[in-house]
Amino acid sequence: MSQDKLLQSRRAALKCMAYGGAGTLFVLAGGVLTPVDLALAGDYGRSDAKAGRLGKPLFVQISDTHIGFSKEANPDVTGTLNRTIDLVNGMAEQPALILHTGDITHLSKPAEFDLAQQLLGRLRTTELHTVPGEHDTTDPTVTEYFSRFGKASGNKGYYSFDHAGVHFIALINVLQFKAGGLGTLGPEQLAWVTADLKGRSSSTPIVVFAHMPLWTVYEPWGWGTGDADQLLSPLRRFGSVTVLNGHIHQIVQKVEGNVTFHTARSTAYPQPMAGEGTGPGPLKVAPELLPTMLGVTSVTARPHPHALMLSDSTLAQKGDA
Amino acid sequence: MNPRRFKIYLGLLGLAMSGFVAAEPESKSLIKDFKFTPLAVKAGTTVTWVNRDDEPHTVVSDTGLFRSGGLDTNESFSYRFDKPGTYQIHCTIHPRMVATVVVSPPS
Repeated sequence: MSQDKLLQSRRAALKCMAYGGAGTLFVLAGGVLTPVDLALAGDYGRSDAKAGRLGKPLFVQISDTHIGFSKEANPDVTGTLNRTIDLVNGMAEQPALILHTGDITHLSKPAEFDLAQQLLGRLRTTELHTVPGEHDTTDPTVTEYFSRFGKASGNKGYYSFDHAGVHFIALINVLQFKAGGLGTLGPEQLAWVTADLKGRSSSTPIVVFAHMPLWTVYEPWGWGTGDADQLLSPLRRFGSVTVLNGHIHQIVQKVEGNVTFHTARSTAYPQPMAGEGTGPGPLKVAPELLPTMLGVTSVTARPHPHALMLSDSTLAQKGDA
Repeated sequence: MNPRRFKIYLGLLGLAMSGFVAAEPESKSLIKDFKFTPLAVKAGTTVTWVNRDDEPHTVVSDTGLFRSGGLDTNESFSYRFDKPGTYQIHCTIHPRMVATVVVSPPS
């Protein structure tokens, strides 16, 4: 990448940070799903050469909206979600789908879910697919999430669907916590994934999404899923696998063979980098620094040769003092 | 009921209640910096956990004996341990948060 392009990318990434959150757009380019900062999304769907080269917007990933949170780290999570939604709605060509990778609410309260649904209802793209985060399942009976979003999965929390030749698998890893452990998929769900993938052509692009990272980002904070390695074996034969998570409120990416793991930013508040401070709570920063900090904590672990646009985040992180 | 009798009744009720409360052992436990404190209490003690973090927590028994809802900052959850034994608890939002409550027979 030339120096000019580096600067351009960095500028765009900084522009994205100014929104203090935003989601991640995915485009299907040459069969490879490429995540792109939303600030660049306005360029998609245009008929110019750049847009044509990059592909058609397929879906947007929104994560960790934490509706109900009102602490110092961001007293207005409704406002930042609204700005994210405006950004998505402002895209020249609307994505076909929206994926929400959990922590829709902060405390699983009915009023929080109601407000979240009302806000998300403003999205021009009406096809919304969700998975719950552990913040969505803290009500004693664990029914608030499922009564609203459980239909797609028959209240199991995991389901699959196809869109534009891509096979999507939604997984739940926030329910069967073993004390002291990481997130858990459980044998029943793992068996279902194997059955779901059986007979599918290896050339089918696969998107797997769940709330907690499906690889171990940082075990002491529970940033991982204990039995995720068993998920990988049925996925390995596929040529393009994209695993999308939230939970850690910052971008971390890992590539393993044909599998790209990617965590999204939150639209609500940043969290510290792994191991910094007492625990994975909201990171308090000066209000004017909030957008910058969101940007700075958005780390790309390793550059992906195909994920050219995502490297913007890496460049911004590296380039910023 | 005439007003005077009612007052006496209230007074007696108050006495009875204060006696009742004093006889009930209580223990308050703070949840702070993503940590529970291990506890040792006598049977019959009501333990109240108070969340002092900016992040919500839950207090859930490993065996499913009790389960708090999500506790926001300064919210609390109480459970009375009637039977002696060793109880493991964890937070479902941060499953690495674990602690033990050891309940000994009443003296």
